[in-house]
Amino acid sequence: MSHHIVEVKDLEYVYPDNTHALNGVSFKITHGESVGLVGANGAGKSTLLLHLNGCLFPKSGSVHIGDFPLTKKNVVDVRRHVGMIFQDPDDQLFMPRVFDDVAFGPLNLGMPPDEVKDRVIYALKQVNADHLINRPPYKISGGEKRSVAIATVLSMAPDILVLDEPSSGLDPKSRRKLIGLLKNFTHTKIIATHDLDLVLDLCERTIILNNGRIAIDGNTRDIFGNEILLEANHLEKPLTMQCS
Amino acid sequence: MPKVEKTLGSMAALDDLALNETTLRSLDPRSKLITSLVFIVAVTSFGKYDLLSLLPLVIYPVSLIALGNIPAWEITKKILYVSPFAVFIGIFNPVFDREIIVQFGSFAIPGGWISFTVIMVKFALTVSVALILVATSGFDSVCLALAKLKVPQIFVVQLMFIYRYIFVMVDEASRMVRAHKLRSFRRSSIDFRIFVSMIGQLLLRTLDRAQRIHAAMISRGFTGEIRLTRELKAGLIDWIFVLGWSVFFILVRIYNIPELLGLLVMGGLT
Repeated sequence: MSHHIVEVKDLEYVYPDNTHALNGVSFKITHGESVGLVGANGAGKSTLLLHLNGCLFPKSGSVHIGDFPLTKKNVVDVRRHVGMIFQDPDDQLFMPRVFDDVAFGPLNLGMPPDEVKDRVIYALKQVNADHLINRPPYKISGGEKRSVAIATVLSMAPDILVLDEPSSGLDPKSRRKLIGLLKNFTHTKIIATHDLDLVLDLCERTIILNNGRIAIDGNTRDIFGNEILLEANHLEKPLTMQCS
Repeated sequence: MPKVEKTLGSMAALDDLALNETTLRSLDPRSKLITSLVFIVAVTSFGKYDLLSLLPLVIYPVSLIALGNIPAWEITKKILYVSPFAVFIGIFNPVFDREIIVQFGSFAIPGGWISFTVIMVKFALTVSVALILVATSGFDSVCLALAKLKVPQIFVVQLMFIYRYIFVMVDEASRMVRAHKLRSFRRSSIDFRIFVSMIGQLLLRTLDRAQRIHAAMISRGFTGEIRLTRELKAGLIDWIFVLGWSVFFILVRIYNIPELLGLLVMGGLT
């Protein structure tokens, strides 16, 4: 049984104010794939991400993580396997110290304190942030916050990483570092972003959302080479492809 | 709002002081917390004219400032910031209470002034001890100490979150004020109606953020309980600290030490 598969079928979601955010989205992401999720503002990217670990539940359609359908009953298991990294690290880092923050997930999973400590150190080392372990999260830089936010999820050893705008607010060097970091992870990755160059670097596959529907789902280079398609979805050719 | 930002910055600086390596820092935060609470109870239990007998308690904050290498001016500044609250509580005492309590020859002091001074001294003592507690332990250690002393978790968590997000909220508020300032040109103050809508907007942003934080928490398995693993160790020195000071506070409360000292000196002279 593999937990690494994400399958979404005919997913629909309507917000309480009657905004139709998702209108029948279907895709299947298999083990180890990296998928870029792009689209204009308000296309439904964030809403879709919130369904992948049960922060929202579908109005109709279904979400499968591994072999489980996402239901209120097994949502805890799903969250254990899907590590969600939010757009604003200030939302993700809410504890008084970096250590407490990275330990938050494993402690909630009921792990013994010694193992939690090992996991925290391991996760922080993976993102090169072990020197920040005793710092309060509001006193570290934006790039450091992002790294620590990723560590808070890695400490739970998820199979799938879901990232919302991971490169927003980062300076070019921190962004480059983040890309290097994410490249090394073997997890299944789903990355929602406006940073198409980042998608080009990290994801072989891209899904474009438009008004809550999938406009296209396919090979990243093919899609980014199609200027008419990009234009229709409020996107632009990535800079690195414009040069070549 | 830059002023608020500055004040808050100095609050964070106060927290940073706790990183200094001093003997006080190495004490268990629980022992400092308990001693401070005993101190506050002792201070507040003095009567409204007990100015003289209250004075020996000054020794506690003063010795903590000395032992903890805390810049005394920083603490004084913070006390002055909040002193208007205490002034307003006691301001009418001199007006209503004109009965003469102390008489030095022709110089008479009415009870109202004495009770006003007692309020101010009590205020300065309690606030300084609370600030010193944070400066020698760090805010999160104080929260941890509260949790280990079985204070209901809901209060501890509230306190932790307030401290964590007050910086974020002030940042958001000052960005709004800056945006307003940049487009209001010669107008220096904020119009009441605009102010109301800004406060409303800040509330909505806060609610939004609260929802996002909650989503981040449940994504990592939050079920209503925050688990803190850091252990605290109380040693002999902690017991000596708590008991020694508490006994001193109780003695000061029961006996009027300045008066006893005075009698002793006078007795020695005659």
